[in-house]
Amino acid sequence: MPEAAAATDTRILTAAEAILEATDQALAADPTVFVMGEGAADPKGIFGTTAGLVDRWGPDRVMEMPLSENAFTGVAIGAALMGRRPIVIHQRVEFCLLALEQLFGTAAKAHYVSNGRHKVPLTVRLVVGRGWGQGPQHGQSLENLFAAVPGLKVALPADPVDAKGMLLAAVADDNPVVIIEHRWVHYVSGPVPAGPVATDLTGPKTLRRGDDVTVVAASYMAAEALRAAAARANAGVSVDLIDLRLARPLNLEPILESVQRTGRLLTVDLGHKTLGLGAEIVAGVTERAFGALRAAPVRLGTPDHPVPSSRSLAEAFYARADHIATAAGTLAGLPAERVAAVAEALIAERREVPFDVPHPAFKGPF
Amino acid sequence: MTAANPDLDPRLRPLYVAMLRLRLIEEAIAERYAGQDMRCPVHLSVGQEAAAVGACAPLRPDDRILSTHRCHGHYLAKGGDLTAMLGEIHGRASGCCGGRGGSMHLFDDDAGVMASVPIVGSSIPLAVGAALAFKQAGDDRVAVAFLGDGSLEEGVAHESLNLAAVQGLPVIFFVENNLYSVYTPLAQRQPDRPLTAIGAAHGLPTAQVDGNAVLAVADAMETAVDRARRGKGPTMIVADTYRWREHCGPNYDNDLGYRTEAEFLSWRDRCPVETTAQTLHAAGQLDDDAILRLTIREEIDAAFTAALAAPLPDPATAGAHVHA
Repeated sequence: MPEAAAATDTRILTAAEAILEATDQALAADPTVFVMGEGAADPKGIFGTTAGLVDRWGPDRVMEMPLSENAFTGVAIGAALMGRRPIVIHQRVEFCLLALEQLFGTAAKAHYVSNGRHKVPLTVRLVVGRGWGQGPQHGQSLENLFAAVPGLKVALPADPVDAKGMLLAAVADDNPVVIIEHRWVHYVSGPVPAGPVATDLTGPKTLRRGDDVTVVAASYMAAEALRAAAARANAGVSVDLIDLRLARPLNLEPILESVQRTGRLLTVDLGHKTLGLGAEIVAGVTERAFGALRAAPVRLGTPDHPVPSSRSLAEAFYARADHIATAAGTLAGLPAERVAAVAEALIAERREVPFDVPHPAFKGPF
Repeated sequence: MTAANPDLDPRLRPLYVAMLRLRLIEEAIAERYAGQDMRCPVHLSVGQEAAAVGACAPLRPDDRILSTHRCHGHYLAKGGDLTAMLGEIHGRASGCCGGRGGSMHLFDDDAGVMASVPIVGSSIPLAVGAALAFKQAGDDRVAVAFLGDGSLEEGVAHESLNLAAVQGLPVIFFVENNLYSVYTPLAQRQPDRPLTAIGAAHGLPTAQVDGNAVLAVADAMETAVDRARRGKGPTMIVADTYRWREHCGPNYDNDLGYRTEAEFLSWRDRCPVETTAQTLHAAGQLDDDAILRLTIREEIDAAFTAALAAPLPDPATAGAHVHA
């Protein structure tokens, strides 16, 4: 790839390609940046997101790790405390659970407990599995868990621009940033600037302007919500769709502003509905904009059971575009038959695609 | 007056002074703890002075150590500022953490005390990470993880030894085996095998030393530090020693029955400070012990006075420094 690509040159990339490009550019821009993870230097390169980087930058910059999630996360924190800028990758969120003590204890608190003297410029990429029978321990997103800890930043990119831009921003940030990276977002494609363009780590962005219902979604749920919003628009309901982007810091201002206009709030969690981000958003909006609400807020999210492996058991687990469109239409007060018509159209639209893959071309790795 | 013995190791007297200082500081904390102005847990290291002082002896200020909940001795031995330490234990704005950490989070960047982490085992990979940073930067600094016998029961210790070995990093795992995890003896927690076998199993060179013999500790450490500086990778050192006072707090607790008075007395007979003093006396190099003690006590008194005179931090700043 060209070294001095202009920031404004855009190409169509998948998010996985955008992550690879961002990592390469981060390694090129700063000799203190390095990558570590189980599989970071292997032939598959973390679903292609690190493919070829070890050949270009060598095994000291793209470090293959032993199966020691706790230790190598701590090692990255120790190196970050000494001024390096590690990018740690766990191929599943669940692998990082072995390292939570390091992340929640030292990474999140080092700046605070040192009275502002120490910094932990650490990036942790956590991949959320979904589909093809991932099952109970390869399909959790747990953004609410990470977002519960002050001192961390928690990013949920939904598109290739943010997949690249938030990674570059995370590497440049002096705080520990956890990026919750959904496996199905890897396949989302879109225009991406060729240069090393960071996007901000401050808060939500509006994907679609509307006046009837505010929908807040993050990561892959933003893609589902976008399909729902487009379909809803055809049925006369305009959705103000907000891509949350950051679970921490949680910037409610754009959501409050939106609810002031729409009076209706629908949240769509990537993870469990109970104690999910939607619960915090609804609580915050209710506290601060109660008078603007014209209907009780509605939350979607995964139910209170683990994600099962079998496609028949998992089919109803995740919120889909038709579920979101139904919830938005009902919240907007549409008659039941008009609500159902849009949902049916959305289901028909992807009738040929099994529910356990993001699109027909999906062939793994998973 | 005895004639001075020129053959005595010239390192011994300064090491003694450093140990004595540690002892007097910890005892001063114990004595004053009842005053209720040190309102945080304290894990005193009385009895373990030779391990801390010997281990830090070959280190440079720009080397880094990582410590644990029992960090006072390591912090002081590495050159950490006493006034900032006492300020922290007193919860003052002048403390090394500005009152945000307390006794278990001591650090001093200028002295190379990188951090203390009060979760057993947690600081071990941080030391490996510092060593990785040194290797990446291409300099000859070393990192030292202070750990206890108990932390060798933590998975992260094994992961860290393995990772440091496979990457050949300039880190020393310095194990202070004080035989107890709070009240639980080593024999109830680990099988009967030398702790050094754990390092050996991970492919590390190891050394076992009398942790109450300051020169033996310093010698073992010097070998390990030299190896690390030459890019020859990590070492594990096990120093056998004994915690005199209770796990947490200012008192003696042999009355609880988890260890015998006889065991305690046998270790107290091997007091690292007193045995070193005897050697120095015999060599005629400690005629000024009373003056030394007086000078150190004056320093300690001044540090306590400064800590007590410093203001508590402004409550309005409790939410500052969450993010950089």
